[in-house]
Amino acid sequence: MATTNSRTLARFMLLPSVILLLAWMIVPLCMTLYFSFIDYNLLVPGDKEFVGFLNYEFFLTDPAFFESFFNTLYLVTGVLLITICGGIGLAILLDQAIWGRNYVRIMVLAPFFVMPTVSALVWKNMLMNPVNGLFAHFAIWLGFEPIDFFAQMPLFSIIIIVSWQWLPFAALILLTAIQSLDREQLEAADLDGAGPFSKFFYIVLPHLSRAITAVILIETIFLLSIFAEILVTTSGGPGYSSTNITYLIYTQSLLQFDVGGGSAGGIVAVIIANIVAIFLMRLIGKNLEG
Amino acid sequence: MGSITLKQVTKNFDEVNVIKPLDLEIKDGEFIVFVGPSGCGKSTLLRMIAGLEDTTSGNIEIDGIDATKTPPAKRGLAMVFQSYALYPHMTVRNNIAFPLKRAKVSPAEIESKIANAAKILNLTDYLDRKPGQLSGGQRQRVAIGRAIVRQPSAFLFDEPLSNLDASLRVNMRLEISELHKSLATTMTYVTHDQVEAMTMADRIAVFNAGIIEQVGTPLELYKNPVNKFVAGFIGSPKMNFIDAPQNEDANVSCIGIRPEHITLSTEQGTWAGTVGVIEHLGSESFLHINIEGKGTVTVKADGDCPLKYGDSIYLSAPADKVLKFDNNGLTIR
Ligand SMILES: Nc1ncnc2c1ncn2[C@@H]1O[C@H](COP(=O)(O)OP(=O)(O)OP(=O)(O)O)[C@@H](O)[C@H]1O
Ligand SMILES: [Mg+2]
Repeated sequence: MATTNSRTLARFMLLPSVILLLAWMIVPLCMTLYFSFIDYNLLVPGDKEFVGFLNYEFFLTDPAFFESFFNTLYLVTGVLLITICGGIGLAILLDQAIWGRNYVRIMVLAPFFVMPTVSALVWKNMLMNPVNGLFAHFAIWLGFEPIDFFAQMPLFSIIIIVSWQWLPFAALILLTAIQSLDREQLEAADLDGAGPFSKFFYIVLPHLSRAITAVILIETIFLLSIFAEILVTTSGGPGYSSTNITYLIYTQSLLQFDVGGGSAGGIVAVIIANIVAIFLMRLIGKNLEG
Repeated sequence: MGSITLKQVTKNFDEVNVIKPLDLEIKDGEFIVFVGPSGCGKSTLLRMIAGLEDTTSGNIEIDGIDATKTPPAKRGLAMVFQSYALYPHMTVRNNIAFPLKRAKVSPAEIESKIANAAKILNLTDYLDRKPGQLSGGQRQRVAIGRAIVRQPSAFLFDEPLSNLDASLRVNMRLEISELHKSLATTMTYVTHDQVEAMTMADRIAVFNAGIIEQVGTPLELYKNPVNKFVAGFIGSPKMNFIDAPQNEDANVSCIGIRPEHITLSTEQGTWAGTVGVIEHLGSESFLHINIEGKGTVTVKADGDCPLKYGDSIYLSAPADKVLKFDNNGLTIR
């Protein structure tokens, strides 16, 4: 692919898919942008007049916005923290020569294949339910009052559920990274007098930095738009205590039929996602180089 | 202080026996080279001495104290790996400082030791680079630097030069020999290159399939190999082995002559042959001569040897330079 000829040809061949992708992205974005500037409520038929930034003003000054904005941040950072720390631990365990290692690896990956709604429902009805749930039985057996997870700690419960889904992903990526670590480096560290902790912090962790960065970036993209788990468990409540931006937009545009307000929220979400992306790339993007 | 004694040491990987019972005494301050073909267990033995591999049976003594079960860091040995095993995300300075920091040496002392090692190894200008920004030879020097700052009682090298190109290898060979002379520390050096072994070693241990065939100074091994394997392994080009002539006594199954001990003549000699390929190296030439019914032998001749491909030639060798081997491959004296 070096000559001018072949490069020109390559561009032409790429054109259809690029145009398709662009249209796929640009058209909805433009429509959302357009809706966000008009007064458009499905319950109030009539003329859709241009209202300027009024929709944005309503969305951004709504107290629910701030609550759900911080909920989104807590959700993303909480899940990232649990999956990265847990993932590193799991990866190190799975890297040991234990009996039946291959089966254990497949089993560890299993939660990733379960649909978000299904796993959230399993957690809601079978584990965290204050009457029938496994945790409740366990608490009673220990002589404690069972916890009503979704009423007392809704956001934390959702963080746990989502972490459970994403832990295998992080563990698997980090496991492959650990396996690519040169054993002789660890042996050299052994000879240099490094204990298990020194070896972990000075050799294993720096080696994992690139994989950790990749996990953070990929997970963040998906975690910003968590929706199904909230819908089937808490429906964003009590109050707005487990509502994130995505869910807030849903309540605005679909439950209140306010297309204009929802669109403004959508645009705000896009902007937030971009800010987070730029912030992350600045912060840890250099780990991906070289 | 740095004597290492191996007593009846063996090693099994699962059921496979890799090192057969083996005794070896490495004296303090000595440069000993383990040499042998690939897969004969040299690295395994070195790693056992370092403590990276368990010893199946037998004892390893360091400075007269049993160290068979001592963890690697406590043995006071330093190892230089074939892959260098530098820590890629640390600068050269931190790589060299790593063992010192683990040993809780004071920062000022660390600084002076690094400066000293960097001076010896010509690394002063590279201290703030990462290993990825260094050439192979420089990386090798960093690995050596990391080893010497610990002031170990012995150094272990596992084929440290095999990743370098030929001319750099010659330089590093000299540098390591130089280092041995100035530090006067025990060095154990693994290689499968017999030239490295001959040029660097005080003593050479020739390995074959998990046993030591012979231990001795380079010249001892060259002049008096105990068997055919050692005779063939030491010396370059290889010794020529020829089926024993009819008039020899029945014990002798084969004789060995080094290429440099064969004389050529156009008139008379013990064997008659035709000249095959000639390799001209300038200072000398290697002739591959085909002897009817005996096979091809290599002969070392002068650089300006006038012979050509296809010439007829006679070969002979002085009787005192010819080695005789019995049916078991042992040398007959
Ligand atoms: N971890 C291991 N498990 C099983 N067998 C092993 C292991 N390490 C080495 N071996 C076997 O032990 C034998 C000796 O290996 P070793 O690495 O000591 O050879 P070597 O003499 O260093 O060879 P080379 O010159 O190629 O480095 C080989 O046959 C090898 O297959
Ligand atoms: Mg080896």
